[in-house]
Amino acid sequence: MGTIKDKVAIIGMGCTKFGERWDAGHEDLMVEAFKECIEDAGIEPKDIQAAWSGTQFTEVNQGASGLPLSETLKLPYIPVTHVENLCASGSEALRGACYAVGAGVYDIALALGVEKLKDMGYGGLPDFSLGANAKKDSLLWPNFSAPGAFAMMATRYFARYGLSPEEGKMMLAKVSSKSHHNGTLCEKAHLRREAPVEVIMKAPIIAWPLGLYDCCGVSDGAAAAIVVRSEEAKKFRPDPVYVKALQIAVSSGEDSMYTDFDYTHVESTWRAGLKAYEEAGIKNPREEISMAEVHDCFSITEAVTMEDLQFSPRGRVKEDIDAGRFNLDGEQPIQTDGGLKCFGHPIGASGLRMMYEEYKQLQGKCGPRQVKNPKFGLTHNLGGWPTRCVISVFIVGL
Amino acid sequence: MVGITSYGAYIPWYRIDRKVVYSAMGWLDPATFMVGEKAVANYDEDSITMAVAASMDCLNGVDRNIIDGVYFSSVTLPYKERQNAGIIATALDLRPDIKTADFAGSAKSGTTALLAACDAIKAGSAKNILVCASDCRVGRPGSAQEEAYGDAAAAFLLGEDDVVASFQGSYSVSYDFMDRWMADIDKFERVWEDRWIRDEGYNKFIPEAVSGLAKKCNLNPKDVAKASYPCLYIRDHADIGKRLGLEPNQIQEHMLGTIGNSGTAYPSILLAAALEDAKPKNNIVVASFGNGSDALLFQATEKIIDIKDKRKGVKTHLASKKMLSNYEKYATFRNVITVEKGIRGETVPWEQMSLAWRNRRSLLGLVGSKCKKCGTPQFPYQRICVNPNCKAIDEMEDYQFSDKRGHLFTYTEDRLVFSLNPPQIYGLIDFEGGGRNWFDLTDCESGELKVGMPVEMSFRRKFIDEKRGTYGYFWKAIPLKG
Repeated sequence: MGTIKDKVAIIGMGCTKFGERWDAGHEDLMVEAFKECIEDAGIEPKDIQAAWSGTQFTEVNQGASGLPLSETLKLPYIPVTHVENLCASGSEALRGACYAVGAGVYDIALALGVEKLKDMGYGGLPDFSLGANAKKDSLLWPNFSAPGAFAMMATRYFARYGLSPEEGKMMLAKVSSKSHHNGTLCEKAHLRREAPVEVIMKAPIIAWPLGLYDCCGVSDGAAAAIVVRSEEAKKFRPDPVYVKALQIAVSSGEDSMYTDFDYTHVESTWRAGLKAYEEAGIKNPREEISMAEVHDCFSITEAVTMEDLQFSPRGRVKEDIDAGRFNLDGEQPIQTDGGLKCFGHPIGASGLRMMYEEYKQLQGKCGPRQVKNPKFGLTHNLGGWPTRCVISVFIVGL
Repeated sequence: MVGITSYGAYIPWYRIDRKVVYSAMGWLDPATFMVGEKAVANYDEDSITMAVAASMDCLNGVDRNIIDGVYFSSVTLPYKERQNAGIIATALDLRPDIKTADFAGSAKSGTTALLAACDAIKAGSAKNILVCASDCRVGRPGSAQEEAYGDAAAAFLLGEDDVVASFQGSYSVSYDFMDRWMADIDKFERVWEDRWIRDEGYNKFIPEAVSGLAKKCNLNPKDVAKASYPCLYIRDHADIGKRLGLEPNQIQEHMLGTIGNSGTAYPSILLAAALEDAKPKNNIVVASFGNGSDALLFQATEKIIDIKDKRKGVKTHLASKKMLSNYEKYATFRNVITVEKGIRGETVPWEQMSLAWRNRRSLLGLVGSKCKKCGTPQFPYQRICVNPNCKAIDEMEDYQFSDKRGHLFTYTEDRLVFSLNPPQIYGLIDFEGGGRNWFDLTDCESGELKVGMPVEMSFRRKFIDEKRGTYGYFWKAIPLKG
């Protein structure tokens, strides 16, 4: 199998302010991210030879196909590919652009992820029966929400490792509290308030055992990247960020229908991580990955992801959380910008928003939340549920 | 010998004390006061789902392939057009080459369906017929019916082999007696004056039918073990027995104070209760009331002993209950009060009929597949085996999950999605014998679940699509009863 390692570099990125953007439609969000992105890359729109766009719930706002991107950004007569792969849609757009440039077909490509969720009239994600589920599954599956699907993992994790509900919830509260602190240091985040563990523990339950602060926000946003071949990168800027690994792993059903699966980890994350580390040449992720933006749609997701990505030993993430390993001043900072927890999760935008943070960190531009001398940054998306999921694990470095 | 070869019953988990109803609505007409409690179908139950539950009880251990027909009786049929018995037959995953029919229009229709089944078997046009009766009647708020009516279902398998109670004969009277009626424009039924119903109908039709039966079958009152007939008026219920020459211990306890008047299911649930206590050779009379009366005589056989303890029946269901503490919740379950669902709550899956037809055995029957190579059960039906070490292609056989017990592998109580009985509880179920999937849980409340607890499957309404006029049915898990 081939590799994308060091073949492609990111030379420009843009990211909107995330939040309940009552002022903005998907067009405004696209333009906001695109404008910053091409200015950062120092290119003109006419330089872009191909584009990929990622959005999941296209039916909420913008509609299907590559047209919303080409019409909004006025990119005439170039190939625009619309991709959808649940919460990994933004990362999938970036992967498409990277592979096309890496294959030598295009010199300069755009990847843009956008999601306008706050037009539904209710909190949380749009109901999955609107389009995310197969029609048959909507008739077979429970009346569930995303918090509930992940809450079941917390229930099982607590049962397996003998944590009382209080102990388990305290572990998770520390995960969210850490991200809330980081979010206060990031201007583009949606939620920018400290959340002490005492407040988190007392918050209303959304899906037991997960409370309000265990759930990420729901917001609007967009993020974009310009990619070129690595050997061309320094012509655009002195500090391009190089792609080390782009891996996607998708469940085959054994995790949801076969009784061997433990529901205290995400098998697809584990597999995508293994492949990404191999591609990037990482031997010891706990030591070598400087920082990561993982898919903390819920606090429990971040906790088990630490184990699946080998940042913590299996079943022992609590020790690392208690020791502050993943805090901004810890040995392996996670969610340095506040994560989904503080940015919210405009689905198609999230993967590229995560990459925006790794890009800026590697360039040393993150001010009060800057990680010291980062070498490798990792992004991780979990699309779907703990079982039945689409996972992306991307690694970038200098 | 034609007769009952198996029986089953179903009483919903929720009950309400009539004092709760009365304290909410009794101000309107203090004369509606009634004592005792009544059974209340959960928000996701209707006459079809309760009939399926009673049938599942009845068919426990029975080879479903022997069944040649399903007769369903109810005055609360969810569908006016689309045969309700057909939904029940599909939920039970019965053979398609069977006869199905809905019996409706009167609370008498439950016994009429029993008779029709006996006649068909006698005539040789069927060997085994499943007869189920179920009702979920809603009285107008503040009415006497609202106090009296309870929800329940019962099911009988009629056949010729291994009869537990043989059919001895029947006597019917039919009168266009307009004690209660409901036209196709009505949401609630209407009634004529109670005293007239009591004196001219109730006190006459049941004695007429039972006397006719006794005469026809040469039955002496002292040879009756139990007479089972609905109770509309407590004093008159006892008086009817007296006039028929029966002692109080020969009259089946009416359960008006525990279940309520359950319409077409009422005589059937009484018959099921009588069979539970019956000894060989016991004569059991069952009579209905509604536009006349049917009276049937059954005699228990030696086989009645074998079937005992293999059915949940009336007793187990009566013992498993949860009291509803407020009237508003009851009225919401029955759609008497329409509540705010929010925009999310208004979103229901779109049931595409061609898709539902293609997948009917999964959607209604909970039939999955089992790999012939490695033996792994899986739901829904897979063409390629889900076992990562097998993955055989097209090596599947059908596998029924509806009668399998399981345990709760993990769960949550969700307060984000809309439910008429929040929180919405769901979890992963591991089935005994293999197979796993996630299901809604029902008949349980917040704080009552534990990882590892035993569960069984129950056919329920999954959603109501008011825009397209459909009820979506599927299976949910419930904590194991009994």
